[in-house]
Amino acid sequence: MELLISLTINGLATGMLIFLLAAGLTLIFGLMDVLNFAHGGLFVWGAYTGVFTYAWSNSFLVGIIVAILTGLVLGFITEKLIIKPVYGNHVQQILITLGFMLVLQEMIKVVFGPNGVPVKVPSYLAGSWQIGDLTIIKYRIFIIVVGFALFGVLYFILNRTKIGLVVRAGVMNREMTQALGINIKRVFLIVFMCGAALAALGGMLMAPYSGVVYAEMGMEYAILGFIVVVIGGMGSFQGSLLAAILVGLAGSFMAYYVPFLSVAVNMILMASVLIFRPQGLFTVAKG
Amino acid sequence: MTNILTLERVETFISQYHILQGIDFEAKAGEVSVLLGRNGAGKTTTLRTIMGLTPASKGTIHFDGKDITKMAPYDIANSGIGYVPEDQGIFGQLTVEENMKVAIRKETDATMQKQTYILELFPDLKKFWKKQGGNLSGGQKQMLAMARAFVNDSKLLLIDEPSKGLAPIVIEKVMEAITEMKKHTSIVLVEQNFMMASKIGDTFTLIDDGRTVQSGEMQNLIEDEQLKRKYLGIG
Repeated sequence: MELLISLTINGLATGMLIFLLAAGLTLIFGLMDVLNFAHGGLFVWGAYTGVFTYAWSNSFLVGIIVAILTGLVLGFITEKLIIKPVYGNHVQQILITLGFMLVLQEMIKVVFGPNGVPVKVPSYLAGSWQIGDLTIIKYRIFIIVVGFALFGVLYFILNRTKIGLVVRAGVMNREMTQALGINIKRVFLIVFMCGAALAALGGMLMAPYSGVVYAEMGMEYAILGFIVVVIGGMGSFQGSLLAAILVGLAGSFMAYYVPFLSVAVNMILMASVLIFRPQGLFTVAKG
Repeated sequence: MTNILTLERVETFISQYHILQGIDFEAKAGEVSVLLGRNGAGKTTTLRTIMGLTPASKGTIHFDGKDITKMAPYDIANSGIGYVPEDQGIFGQLTVEENMKVAIRKETDATMQKQTYILELFPDLKKFWKKQGGNLSGGQKQMLAMARAFVNDSKLLLIDEPSKGLAPIVIEKVMEAITEMKKHTSIVLVEQNFMMASKIGDTFTLIDDGRTVQSGEMQNLIEDEQLKRKYLGIG
């Protein structure tokens, strides 16, 4: 029983970290229909700027804030310079964002050095609770709480506020939204910046979890993010949350019980969902 | 009566196609000005050009004394033009209430009073307030589209083919609504249904092959069988 609980907590924590990355992608890829392969670059820049600020200030919270700000600024630059000219053209989006991803990745090496950087869990989140034979790592519980809280906030904004309503309307019919007096380009810029900030926050929270940050981590996790968005259903936060938890739990359990399949588990999950439910677990209709 | 909207020698391209090749058009304040012409004449493109959705490449568009030719669609809407597109542009996954909320720019007392007035004008919208826009009938969608355009303090409404695909009894309702809205705002109407256009229109402008052919009082067109036969295929 202890083993099951321990594997579940591990899986949930990993799932929540993937959700943070996938939540940004849900906004950018799922809702705005932009294939942003540079998303992993935003993730890794959030991780590095947050980690270095954390080390310099000795405050994990300040590190998180700087990571979010980095995400917002990079999101602004990416949308204005990289994405804006290629809205509506998926092939160009893939090419230019993949290129930009590599630039972001290499820039990390230029600015912060080519080697991985070790990261410690802040003292107040370090350690574990012991309940009988069960060891619960505090930082994993923290990640799970943050993940659920962010899901709640995003769900509330998108479904219960005017700006959320405008975003949903803009996704359904951009032209009509403009004809009703809404500057939808500005709204989508803000959405893109928020998506980038979520990726950066995900990177920062991932850093103490994995214990090290390195330039290539962005691409690795971005692929997981895309898998989660596809499994969950394009544009659905509920879908992304459920898919991220599924991916996290499947990875955790497979790694223990069927280790030789653990590398392929995400692909098997995605293939299964695409075969039986090609639209993903949840769907958000456009139009 | 003063002009609220003036188009002078307006030309518009869609991709490489030269759709509008010289549109001159005037809409007077407080009137219903009707744009008439055969299918493909350029009526819908004219409305889209006024809204900035397919911007003019030549010519000028003045609304309420201001040049709006190069303005963005949202600025044009905010300057006081409401738009009801041919396909109604309903946000299908949003409820009637949410469609109205997206349209309302500021929730002031005046806007909320206007909404109440609109719901009296279109009781079906009140009845299906929580229903998704995509599940409404064609007539209800048309009413919702007009309500959205009308709810703000619009000085001019552009309405594209409001009778298209509707049953005669629903067309009657739509006509009544437009007649009622005319008391509060000026209207530019694109309409294929000449019976409807002639009943509610004050003036007409005939468009053919992207050019203005003739304009004048609606009564003159009603009486001109030759003009109707030549450009509208009726009479």
